[in-house]
Amino acid sequence: MASGNRSQTAQGLTLIAPPLGYAVLVLAAPLLTILAYSFFKDGYLTVIREFTLENYRAVWADPIFHRIMLRSLVVAALVTLATVVLAFPVAYFLSFAVSPQKKAMWLFLITIPFWTSYLIRVFLWKVILGYNGVINSGLKTLGIIEQPLTFILYNVNSMVITLAHAYAPFAILPIFIALEKIDRSLLEAGRDLGESRAMTFWRVTLPLAMPGVVAAALIVFIPTIGDYVTPALIGGGKIPMIANMIQAQMLDLDNRPMGSALAVTAMLIVAVISLVFIALNRRFLRVRQ
Amino acid sequence: MTETRFDRLADARPMIECREVQKHYGDYHALRGIDLTIRAGEFFSLLGPSGCGKTTLLRTIAGFEDISSGAVLIDGKDMERVPANRRPTNMVFQSYAIFPHLSVAENVGFGLRRDPRSRVEKAAAVEEALEMVGLKGYGTRASHALSGGQRQRVALARALILKPKVLLLDEPLSALDRKMREQMQVELIKLQRQVGITFVLVTHDQEEALVMSDRIAVMFEGQIAQLDGPEALYARPTSRRVANFIGVMNFLPARVLGETGGAVQIEAPGLGRVDIPMANVSRADPGDLGPTVGFRPEAVSLVASGAQGANRVTEGVVDEVVYYGDMTYYDVRLDGSAGFDGQARPVRIAMRNVFGREVQDVGTRANVSWSPGSLVLFR
Repeated sequence: MASGNRSQTAQGLTLIAPPLGYAVLVLAAPLLTILAYSFFKDGYLTVIREFTLENYRAVWADPIFHRIMLRSLVVAALVTLATVVLAFPVAYFLSFAVSPQKKAMWLFLITIPFWTSYLIRVFLWKVILGYNGVINSGLKTLGIIEQPLTFILYNVNSMVITLAHAYAPFAILPIFIALEKIDRSLLEAGRDLGESRAMTFWRVTLPLAMPGVVAAALIVFIPTIGDYVTPALIGGGKIPMIANMIQAQMLDLDNRPMGSALAVTAMLIVAVISLVFIALNRRFLRVRQ
Repeated sequence: MTETRFDRLADARPMIECREVQKHYGDYHALRGIDLTIRAGEFFSLLGPSGCGKTTLLRTIAGFEDISSGAVLIDGKDMERVPANRRPTNMVFQSYAIFPHLSVAENVGFGLRRDPRSRVEKAAAVEEALEMVGLKGYGTRASHALSGGQRQRVALARALILKPKVLLLDEPLSALDRKMREQMQVELIKLQRQVGITFVLVTHDQEEALVMSDRIAVMFEGQIAQLDGPEALYARPTSRRVANFIGVMNFLPARVLGETGGAVQIEAPGLGRVDIPMANVSRADPGDLGPTVGFRPEAVSLVASGAQGANRVTEGVVDEVVYYGDMTYYDVRLDGSAGFDGQARPVRIAMRNVFGREVQDVGTRANVSWSPGSLVLFR
């Protein structure tokens, strides 16, 4: 029995060895390098391998870092909120209204945005939202506005719109799966026990879909915080987010220890926020029932 | 073998009335004109093979399915366009549908949200309901940690706490093992007598229906084939199909010789000439080649010798012996049973293995005792 278990464990390890090796190579190794760099000293164009906490001290004392980090968090939070709120009805429709034979086709349709490069989609949003873009010229032609709307380009709003669109499928899929897993007789039971459709949704469907919603929120929140392309293009470079700041330190200023310290700090902040979010969610679910 | 059980509900008012209920799913005709009255306080079963429409009928009563035409009345009120949440019915689902995100107490109290009672009173009601189904003190348990039998009890408590006029049970025992199922059958009967609510049970298990019900509707292909009490259903099935579905029945081809006032005289191979009372004469199923006479394995017995009273004795040879511990089944070829067409038809005989009675061997000659009153004629 014991030997059987051991051989099974060995077999399992053999199976995961290639992806594990790959992950260590391309994920853990660079991460550790960044972590190491963040404790080194910067000697203009070189890195002095001496331990120091100076980089972190500088990061935490930097008001620009505070502003940019806060902006990143706000943008990511808004994007997450918009994405999840918009994705939920789509996932609900997919799960409850689409006939089983047509679900595969609908899922396929939802992945269509992925067929074009993210970069191109960001550019397209620029075309749509720009001063002479689709929306502004359309509204001008119709005589509804005289001056182009400015609140939709080169600011936080335009970034939220672009990112929410880009991450929509990532939010739809986990919510869809959570909804699919709900035993339909539970909804009938809710109705049978005297609740209307709306109350059954609130008391049965939504709580049971929460794991999918939490997954969707994290899947959207974590990558949007580190998004680099959208602020650069849509934000016109005037409203950098944390990734742009790290890039500037790393490449433009060639201060790799400082860039690394920024990256590690941002990572820690995201990790802490994600954990708090998960914990809050558990709490929220328990209390509400 | 006739109506022996006291019909405790003969005078009860109608609780559920189905009038000419039709249900179509596209081309599929699921319910073909159901006319049915279920009495208040009754333990009523809808029995039939899968796909016969019994669950559909239950769901139309619950309000989960719209009917294509006809009417469903509950306690005298037409249920047309009354949604499931406004009907005076509650359901125990086949899967039990226990909310996995809620504790046992929260499941049981789910339907009490709009109940005007205070929080404390509601908690007491939940505890009382749990006690009624034998789950006292289980309130704080997580619902996913329950066994199948416990889940079912929670589903029962959750429905009964709302004091519905009708409790609908959709194959509630099919997921339980045999021992548990038999125990729950008895508990359900007791519970039903205790709360006095009309129970409507859907099942494909004939034994379960016979054990628990006041009356049973046997359904085939969207229609009610027979509606009767358990004894009548078992002793006098009105069609071969019903007879075959409820327990085991021996069938022999018969020839109708004539009709006197109260009986039909027939001749059957192995049985000879028999007068069958009119009450035991049913219609043959479409597709039957001719009249058939049927009897239950336990309506006949192997005896030492000679006829006793009204019983008649036919001799035969034991063809097969199946020993079950408490019972022994014999397949006996009756003398002269080759009958009209030369085909031998052994009949099955069930004998209880009482102390001192020897099990017969294959090939021995046997005396088969039977009563003309236990025969049913399908013509």
